[in-house]
Amino acid sequence: MFRYILRRLLQMVLAFFGTTLIVYALTFAGQGDPIQALAGERPVTAAQRAYLTEKYHLDATGVGGFFYRYFDYVKNLLQGDLGESLTGRNIGDILQQAWPVTVRLALIALAVAIIFGVSAGVIAGIRRASIFDNSTLVLTLLVLGIPTIVLAPLAQYFLGVRWQLFPPTAGSDPTFYALLLPGIVLGSLSLATALRLTRASVAENLRADYVRTARSKGLVKRRIVVVHVLRNSLIPVVTFLGVELGNLMSGAIITEGVFNIPGVGFNLFRGIRTEDGPLVVGIVSVLVVVYLVSNLVVDVLYAVLDPRIRYE
Amino acid sequence: MRVRRLAAWTALPLAVTLGLAACGSGGDGGSGGSDSSAVSIQIAEPKHLVPTNTTETSGSQVLAGLFSPLVDYDAQNKPYEVAAQSVTSSDNKVWTIKLKDGFTFHNGEKVTSQNYINAWNYGAYAPNGQDSNYFFEKIAGYADLQGKAPKAKELSGLKKVDDSTFTATLSEPYIDFKTTLGYNAFFPLPDAAFSAPGVLKDGYEQAPIGQGPFKMKGTWQHDSKIDVERYDAFPGEKPKVKNVEFRIYQQLTAAYADVQADNLDVLPTIPTESLSTAPSDLGDRYQTSPMSSFQFLAFPTFDKDYSNPDVRKAISMAIDRDEITKSVFKGSQQSARSFVSPVLPGYRDNTAGKAGEFNPTEAKKLYQAAGGPSKIVISYNGDGGHKDWVDATVNQLKANLGVDAVGSAEPKFADLLTKVEKKTPVGAFRMGWVMDYPTMEDYLGPLYSTNGSSNYYGYSNPEFDKLVKEGSAAKTQDEAIAKYQQAEDILAKDMPVIPLRFGENVFGHSSKVKNVEMDLFQRVNLVKIEAAS
Repeated sequence: MFRYILRRLLQMVLAFFGTTLIVYALTFAGQGDPIQALAGERPVTAAQRAYLTEKYHLDATGVGGFFYRYFDYVKNLLQGDLGESLTGRNIGDILQQAWPVTVRLALIALAVAIIFGVSAGVIAGIRRASIFDNSTLVLTLLVLGIPTIVLAPLAQYFLGVRWQLFPPTAGSDPTFYALLLPGIVLGSLSLATALRLTRASVAENLRADYVRTARSKGLVKRRIVVVHVLRNSLIPVVTFLGVELGNLMSGAIITEGVFNIPGVGFNLFRGIRTEDGPLVVGIVSVLVVVYLVSNLVVDVLYAVLDPRIRYE
Repeated sequence: MRVRRLAAWTALPLAVTLGLAACGSGGDGGSGGSDSSAVSIQIAEPKHLVPTNTTETSGSQVLAGLFSPLVDYDAQNKPYEVAAQSVTSSDNKVWTIKLKDGFTFHNGEKVTSQNYINAWNYGAYAPNGQDSNYFFEKIAGYADLQGKAPKAKELSGLKKVDDSTFTATLSEPYIDFKTTLGYNAFFPLPDAAFSAPGVLKDGYEQAPIGQGPFKMKGTWQHDSKIDVERYDAFPGEKPKVKNVEFRIYQQLTAAYADVQADNLDVLPTIPTESLSTAPSDLGDRYQTSPMSSFQFLAFPTFDKDYSNPDVRKAISMAIDRDEITKSVFKGSQQSARSFVSPVLPGYRDNTAGKAGEFNPTEAKKLYQAAGGPSKIVISYNGDGGHKDWVDATVNQLKANLGVDAVGSAEPKFADLLTKVEKKTPVGAFRMGWVMDYPTMEDYLGPLYSTNGSSNYYGYSNPEFDKLVKEGSAAKTQDEAIAKYQQAEDILAKDMPVIPLRFGENVFGHSSKVKNVEMDLFQRVNLVKIEAAS
C-alpha cells in the first residue's frame, strides 16, 4: 500500500508538469493581444505597452520564447510563487482568498449529492419500478437536462428575489445559509448522476450470489442492504464523486458568477475573459493538483471498501 | 448531449415567459438595513486605485469618493472650482492654479501645490506605466518623460509658486485646460503615498489616502468590497450618508437580483437582458439620465470600397436609427445624428444633415450612383452585446440598399482593432467613445485628427485638423466652440464615420435610498445620495 501511494505520488509529479505545460501552451497560443485586452476598448499608450511587455516577458516570442517563459514560470512555481496577474495582483493572494469559499461551496454541493443522491438511489434500487423509482428517474432526467446556466438564475429569481427565502447573492464572506442555495444548485447535477449510479449498482448487487446466500442464512433485510449491498455498490459512486469534487471546484464558474461568490471559478472566468494568461494558468495548475489528489484518494478508498482489492 | 440541448431550447422561452409573468412584483417589503446612513453601490473589481492609473468606471467611482477634484462640472457642463480657488490664464498657455484653503489628506497632511506636482509628475513619467499617462501630454516637457529611459523625471511645465499656488505651462495654448482638470488623473497625492521621491509606496492603492469627502475604512477587499466612511474634516459640501460600501460584482445580473430584493442600494447599469422588464420590476426605482457615450459605425476610408463619402452617406441614410433604438435598446439609448454628445456645450442637433435622415429611396439611388460595394460587412466584437443591433442594421441595409450585408463577430474589441490597424479588410466596424471631460475637443481631436489616438479609419483632412487646433488655441470659449463646430461641419461633409446612438445612464436603486443621481461618467453622486427614512 505504502509503495503504491509513493509510486502514484511520483506519477503525479510527471502528470502535473505535463498538464501545466499543455495548459500554458494553450493559454498563450490562444491569446490575441493581452495588453490590449487588459485595456479593454481604450487605446493602449506606447508607454503602457512597453511597461507591460517588459514586465511579463511578452517580447520573448516564438518557440524559444515560449519555453523561456514556461521555465521561468515553473522556476517561480517551485519556489511557491504563482506570479502576478496582468493587473499586478499576486495570484497566490488571489487564490488564498478564493479557495476557502469555493471549498465550502463544493463541500455543500458534495454533501447534497451524497445525502440526497446516494440515499434516494439506494431506495430506488431496492424498490425498482415503484412510484418512487419512476418519479426520481423523471426528476433526475429533468435536472440533468437543464444546464446550470438556466437552473441557477431561475433558482435565484424564484427563491431569492420573488419569494425571498434565500439571499439572492452570497458575497465574499457568506454565511452557511447564504451558500446553501448555490450549493444545492451546484450539487444538483452531481446529485442526479450519483442517484442513478447508486440505483443501478444497488439493483445489480441485490441479484448477486452473496445476497442470496445472506438472505438464505436468514439475515434481516436492513443488514443485508447496509452492510453487504451498499458497501459493494459504492465503488462506482465513490469514483464518480471523487472526480466530481474537482469538477465542482472548477465547474463553479457559472454558479459563482450568478450568486456573486468570489471563489476560484469566479476568478477563472475573469481570467479567461480578460485574457489574463498568468491568472488562468495559476488557477488551473492548482486545480490539476486537486484532481490528482482526489483521484488518489478514490483509488485508496477502493481498498477500504472492497478488501479483495490489493495494491502493491 | 442532445437531451441537454433540447432542454435548453425549451427552458429558455420558459424562463423568459416566467420572467414576463413576474412583472409588477417589485421587490418591495424588505426590512430596513441595520445602519440607515450606509449605502451600497455596485462596482466591478477596479483594476487600480491610483488616480493616474484609473481609467475605468468602477475605479473612478471609488476615487470620486476619496478625492475632491480641482474643478467639477455644473448643469451646463461648464467647469467650476472645487478644490481649486481659481484656475486662470491670460494666454491659455500659462495656467495659474490657486488652491482653496483647508483641504487636508485623510492622514492629516495639509494639501499643498507640491502634492499636485508630485502626482502629475508620477503619472507623466512613462516607466511608471500609468494608464492616464497621455493626459499630461499638453504640459510642457512631457516628451522628455517618455520612452524607456526618459531624459527627465519631472515636467518642466510645472512650477511651484507657493504652498497654495502653482503654474502649469502648456507646450501650446489650450483653452479647455481648465475643463480637463476635472478628470481623476489630476488628483493630488499625499507625501505618504511615496516611499521615495517619484516612487509610489507598495500597497498605496490597497488603502488610498485622498483629500475627498470619504476616507477608506480598512483596505480594498479584492473581489468583495471597498468600504469608505465620511471624512469629517472635509471642508467642502458634506455627504448625507456616513458610510458607503462599494460592493464588487462580477456579473450585472447578480447585482440586478440584489437590487430587486433590496439587498443592494444602487446599480449604476441595468444589464441589457433585463432592460425590457426593469421598468416594471423596479417601478419608480428605475431611472435614466444623460451620459456621454457615443456609438458609431466606422469605415476603413483607406479601403477603396468605402473611400467615396457618398457611399458612406448612403449607408447612413439606409439605417433607421429610431427603429433600432426602440426595438433593440428599448429606448435606453438615443438616435445620434451629430458627431459630439448632446451633453456638451456647443452641441447642435442633427449636424449630419441629410445624411442622418432615414431615406431608403434616396439612399439606394445615391449608393448605386457612387458605386458602393455589393456586399457590406459590419465587424463587431462578440463579447460586448452588439450582435442584436448589428443584425438589425444589416437587415435594414439588405432591404433598403438591395445589397448583401452581413455582421461578422471578432472575439474581442482588441482583435478587431488589431486587424484594422493592420489594414486587414474587415468592412465597416463598430466603435464607441466615452468622453474624459466635457469638451467638444475630446470628441473631435482623438477620433478624427490625422494623428488622433483613436483614429482607426485613416481619416485625414488638413482643414479639419487646422480648425480643431485653432479651436484649442482660441481666446474665448465662444470662439473655440465656433471653430469646433466648423470642424464638425467638415465631418458631416466627409462622413468618415456615421453616428448611430448616444448612450444614457440606465440605473436602478433600492427602496432604502433616495436622491440617486448619476453623472455623465456613469458615477453615482456620493454627496447627494441619501438614505430614505
